[in-house]
Amino acid sequence: MNAPRPLITRTARRRALAAVALATAALTAAACSSSSGSSPGSGSASSSGSGNSALTASAPGITATTITVGSHQPLTGPAAPGYSEIAPASNAYFQYVNANGGVFGRKIVYKYLDDGYNPTQTASVVRQLVLQDSVYALFDGLGTPTHLAVVNFLNSEKIPDVFVASGCDCWNAPSTSPYTFGWQLDYIREGKILGQYVAQHFKGKKVGYFYQNDEFGLDGVKGLDYEIPKSMVAARESYVTTNVNVAPQVAALRAAGAQVVVSFSIPAFTALLKLTSLKISYAPQLVVSNVGSDPITLSGLVEAFAKQGGATVNGNQLINGIITDGYLPSTGDTANGWISLFKKVHDTYDAKAPFDGNVLYGEAVAYTFVQAMFKAGRNPTRASLVAAIEAGLPQGPAVAPYDYSSTSHFGITGTYMGMITNGALTEEGSALTTDTTATGAITSYTGTQQQAPASGIPSP
Amino acid sequence: MRRVLAGIVIVAVIAVFLSIKLNAFRDYQIAEIATYTTAVAGLTVLTGLSGQISLGHGAFMAIGAYATALLLLHLGWPYYVVLLLSAAITALAGAVVGVAAARLSGPYLAGATLMLGVALPSIADAYPGTFGGDQGLTVAFTAPGFLGANFPQTRWQAWVATATGLVTLTLLASLSRSRIGRNWRAVRDDEVAAAVAGIDVARARVLAFVVSAACAGLAGSLLAVITALVAPGAFTLTLSITLLTAAVIGGLGTLPGAIWGALVIVLVQPYITNLANSHGLSSTTSANIPIAAYGLILILIMLAFPQGLQGALSRLLGFGLVPLKSEGVWGRHPPLKERDTSERT
Repeated sequence: MNAPRPLITRTARRRALAAVALATAALTAAACSSSSGSSPGSGSASSSGSGNSALTASAPGITATTITVGSHQPLTGPAAPGYSEIAPASNAYFQYVNANGGVFGRKIVYKYLDDGYNPTQTASVVRQLVLQDSVYALFDGLGTPTHLAVVNFLNSEKIPDVFVASGCDCWNAPSTSPYTFGWQLDYIREGKILGQYVAQHFKGKKVGYFYQNDEFGLDGVKGLDYEIPKSMVAARESYVTTNVNVAPQVAALRAAGAQVVVSFSIPAFTALLKLTSLKISYAPQLVVSNVGSDPITLSGLVEAFAKQGGATVNGNQLINGIITDGYLPSTGDTANGWISLFKKVHDTYDAKAPFDGNVLYGEAVAYTFVQAMFKAGRNPTRASLVAAIEAGLPQGPAVAPYDYSSTSHFGITGTYMGMITNGALTEEGSALTTDTTATGAITSYTGTQQQAPASGIPSP
Repeated sequence: MRRVLAGIVIVAVIAVFLSIKLNAFRDYQIAEIATYTTAVAGLTVLTGLSGQISLGHGAFMAIGAYATALLLLHLGWPYYVVLLLSAAITALAGAVVGVAAARLSGPYLAGATLMLGVALPSIADAYPGTFGGDQGLTVAFTAPGFLGANFPQTRWQAWVATATGLVTLTLLASLSRSRIGRNWRAVRDDEVAAAVAGIDVARARVLAFVVSAACAGLAGSLLAVITALVAPGAFTLTLSITLLTAAVIGGLGTLPGAIWGALVIVLVQPYITNLANSHGLSSTTSANIPIAAYGLILILIMLAFPQGLQGALSRLLGFGLVPLKSEGVWGRHPPLKERDTSERT
């Protein structure tokens, strides 16, 4: 729908800009209304009983033809490698939905701004999105320290703050942050499930922890401690993201005789842990949180870091055998309907990025948002989106159900264990679910996994 | 001084008018501009007037911000008390750094302050119990009740920040014309001559650090309340360097230059990002353009107007709005000094 624009602007003089803008707006409106009229998506929407009422500008950021959502993302700066792929992947899925009828005929406009993983910048760009651009909702704001900078602001402005890209348990505060919802598996649940696996499979061995010294690592350790007996833990070593020298921590883990190292680390630090151990001929069994174990990202980082140090290594070979978990299907599982759907969307709209865990994450969370928007109604308000999510969402691509209710704003509740083999994650056993309490049992998830819809778009 | 006061009143009227006329996000930007103006003004006095460089001013802002967060959190005192206390605490830290800095000059001083800028924010990570670690402390700040329940928070923040910034500018302007300011210039231009003339060189240099740190403390305190959060990620080395860049772009040693510098660092990035987005570039690409544009602006300004935007303005208008005309950043650095001298004659 934007195709005529470059032609016009290229030849336009400054004085004519206003006229061009008007023309573009008219073209856009025409394109949108024609596609919504003829698309199968909106046809099925009106036949599903939700009525044929006219589409209205029912909330800020919602027009008869568009839904504008905003986000803050680390497109530059220290967290950009890997994580900067997430928002373009979400956008790719939105473009797919837009091209196939949109949400009740409305197209999703996704405006994500760079915060460089700097909380002050987050505060600034989110205020721009809310106060100036009037976005309908904030979607998938990335990072624990960054998003904490805006969570109070968003709730005081009553902006739906959906599916924060962080597993901090801080997003589950329905009484103080009623508009904020988590999405990915929280680190306490993940710690418990990894912890139980370690306690059962490495009985009698010495365990060391390696974790990021913030809410991410500490929540993970909390979950691990619920399941791993204190007597098994020989060493607890933490790192901060601002110091890339982890040699002291790795030496301490070796000195303590840790045979298994459980790591709650971001990909760069998983890679550093692996390389530093290699350097001092220390080869513990690694058990790594999902956040830091995406095989493609990890093997690339291992090779890049080794290259900086003047060595050549085979990334895939080095990360072989790492035990981890996954709450979305493995990107290597091509037989899975979700993976083939997201791969198809990726190949059409985001082909430049590698199809890795970050891209999968971005598309899956975008799918969940579209699910929620369909449930929020034909003419949604901000309150109706919150109510729709609190009423619970169908499972979608995740391997375990969501926890959403009026008393819980946690997202995915479970994960499967797996191992990295030949550069891909191989699932081991069925999905396990649990809660965030010290005593809550970890159980096998027995429900049936939802299949990807043939249209690739959730049904209203 | 009358001209300074007139200038201050004009800026205040413009800021209040804009804060009422424009939307809430513009209010937020006005508050940001006033905050950075406060910090840059302190830095421009330190570097332009007393001839000392600081690559660690972000750390002073961090001290002010954390002081504000902790005082508001644990004692709940009124904000204006907290603001002044934060400035006092930061000034104290400035005195400590100043004592060390008075013995150093040139690259050694740059190195020492750089270390401060890099190391200090990590203290927050080392004591997560007190400072909230990486995710920092949340700061609550609301407009006073007498303005009514519907008074926009951002407008109140813009007013508080603008008032603080302008009072700071006035005080700095008067300080720079006083004996203290003359001493700083004397020390900057020739330490030996200054000492012979009876100026206590070390004391003058330490005092400059104290004043400059107090300004950074005020700015840190303002930043804490307008962003409602204090976290180490906000006070990286990039911030320190951005402040110095703003001082240089605006015109080192000139107080109005601090306002120009703050305008550039606050407004250029969102403007260019929007421009890039509206021309159909992907967000990932347009996120990187402001960084390049920023560098380009810096290079162009340095080539065209070595004395910054304020220097350019005074030259274009044909008179010196600026009482604190810069005479070179490094008192004894030949190329700059030669150029400055030639421009003066």
